[in-house]
This record gives sequence, C-alpha cells and structure tokens, in this order.
Amino acid sequence: MEKNLTHIALFAALIAVLGLVPKLDLISGVPITAQSLGIMLCGTVLGAKRGALAVLLFLVLVAAGLPLLAGGRGGMGVFAGPSVGYLIGFPLAAFVAGLVVERWKAPVAVAAFAGSILGGIIVLYALGIPGMALVLGKTLPEAALLATPFLAGDLLKAIIAAAVTHAIGQMRPGALLSRA
Amino acid sequence: MLTLTSPRETWAHRWPAGVKLGLLCLWTALLFQITSPLWLTLAALILLILTATCGTLFLKTALLHLKPLWPFILIVAIWHLWLRDPSGGVGIILRLLTTVAAANLVTMTTRLSDMIAVITALCRPLARIGLNPATLALAIALVIRFIPVMLHRMEQIRDAFRARSTGRAGWRVLTPALLAALDDADHVAEALRARGGAG
Repeated sequence: MEKNLTHIALFAALIAVLGLVPKLDLISGVPITAQSLGIMLCGTVLGAKRGALAVLLFLVLVAAGLPLLAGGRGGMGVFAGPSVGYLIGFPLAAFVAGLVVERWKAPVAVAAFAGSILGGIIVLYALGIPGMALVLGKTLPEAALLATPFLAGDLLKAIIAAAVTHAIGQMRPGALLSRA
Repeated sequence: MLTLTSPRETWAHRWPAGVKLGLLCLWTALLFQITSPLWLTLAALILLILTATCGTLFLKTALLHLKPLWPFILIVAIWHLWLRDPSGGVGIILRLLTTVAAANLVTMTTRLSDMIAVITALCRPLARIGLNPATLALAIALVIRFIPVMLHRMEQIRDAFRARSTGRAGWRVLTPALLAALDDADHVAEALRARGGAG
C-alpha cells in the first residue's frame, strides 16, 4: 500500500521533472521536451494501473495551478487550450504502455518499445489530434498535419523509454513493477 | 515552488474556489455554443474588463500567460486567410483566447491549498472504490516534495558526468536518476509504514 503510493507519487514527480529539464524548441511555445517520455516510463516501469494513476496525479497538480507542463504551463487554462486532447490521452497512454509490458512476455526492451509506440504515440495522438481539431476548429486531417512534426521526437523517446526500462529491469528486477 | 496564483489579493481571491470552478465550466460550455464573432468579441471584452479590475500588474501577468498560444493563433490566422474565411478564423481565435483566459483567471485567483481542498472534496465519492481523500492529499504532498529532490539528484548526476567526460550527459542521466528515485520511494514507503501507514 505505502509502496504503491510512494511509487505513484515519485513517477508523477518524474513527469514534472522531465518537463522542466532543458528543452529544445521547435516553434516557440510548442516545446519538444522529455515530458511524454515520462508518460511512457510511467506505464512501462509501473505497469498499467499504477502508471495511469501516476499520470492522473500529475494532471491533478497541473489543474490545481502548478506550472508543471513543458514550458512552465499549468492551471485550468491548459485544459481549455489546443493540447487538451493530449492531456486527456496521457493517462490512457501510460495505461496502454503498461498493459503491453505486463501482458506481452517478450524481452523487456522489446515489450517496452512496443508499449511506448502503441500507448505514447498511437493512443496519445488518437486523442490529441481530435482535441486540436475541436479547439482550433479544424478537420481531423488538418489537425493531424499539425501533429506530424512531433512524430520523430516521439519515436526517439520510445527508444529511450525502452532502453531505460530494460536497464532498470536488469539492475533492479524487483523495482520493475510492470513485470513483478 | 512557485505557483501560478497571484500573490496580491484581489476581489476574486475571496470567492469560494468551488463557485469559481463551477462558473468556469458554465462559461466554457457557453463559449463552445456561440459562433458569431460579435458575441465572442463581447465575451472577450467582458473577460478583459474582469481581469483589468484586478489591477494593472495582474492584467499584464494574465496577458503573459496567454503567450504560449501564439503559434496556434498564427496557424489558424494563416489558414483562414488562405480559405478566405476571416470571420470564421476570428471566431475560433477569440473562443480560444477567452476560454483559456477565463481558466487562467480562476487559477490566478485561487490558492493551491483551496484548489486541493476542492479536488479532495470532489474525490470523496471515490472512497467507495478505495481512493481515500486523505491518501490523495498525502500523494499530492509527496509529489510536491519529490520534484525538487529529483531535480537536485539529476543535477548531481549531470555534474558527476561532466567531471568524467567532455560530452553531454543527455538522456544518460535518466537511468541512474530513476534508480536512485526508486530507492528513495522504497525508503519513504518504509518511513510511512513505521509512522502508522498511509491510511
């Protein structure tokens, strides 16, 4: 019980920290950061349920007014902005990423990579793009076009998530709760 | 850590957080129903006046919080000029600005503790499926405490890397930072248990 709680809180903090570390700006205001890497890691390391709860906890803090999203954004405003679909997709992305690692008994690195792609890219974009389309008044293909510049970075993040999950599995097998 | 709440007390700070959040939901739902640029301009004006009554510095900060939206505004503007539908574009931009600004206004005038109180109150029905409001409050406090600890830990690992190598540490700090953090989580869990558990 306590262990679940501290792991969930810790990974919620990890998502925040990864959004705060030095970043690369594509277009000013649309930062490419490691934040979605944190979402992937929540799922692949903690597993589906705990991973999704960690992301939800992070979103609660963002909604409560802490500037924890990439680029120092936060507050209720982000849930009215164009990124709303991505924010709603975050917990689901972590859940799917975790589910793949839990259920698919392939080597950890392979399962974590597949989970990160399926959760952190496919599921996340499937919710993020309609959100953008709704807020910006665009059709789905038009909104999808706006999301494509992020694809390369997100693929890279899926590779890093797989490598880090694999390393944790090797050094602290017990800490890899998705496979415990 | 810095929050987005305005430190200077305004009239809106004294309104209950729950009321402000309820009004915000209504406002956002309403704005998605109207499409006429005229009404949307009126809504934007109302919001501008409301924000301005909180003081000039407050207004400046509020406008600064809208800055991250400009790439989206630019894209919509170019798009609709190209489609020769300027009034449609103006409507979308105004709606985006007024919904986000209204939400920011609530955030800027509500203390973090009040917001967390509303969140835990809203989660009370979830106690039946096992989510205790006290546990949620503890989890929130833990995250707020863990963030500076993890930032500091990552900085230490990056320094250690720099001492050994001329290259950039980049993503390589991630695995040791995560391992250290997982150990921290175990220790905190033990400490919680020793103090009577997390409820």
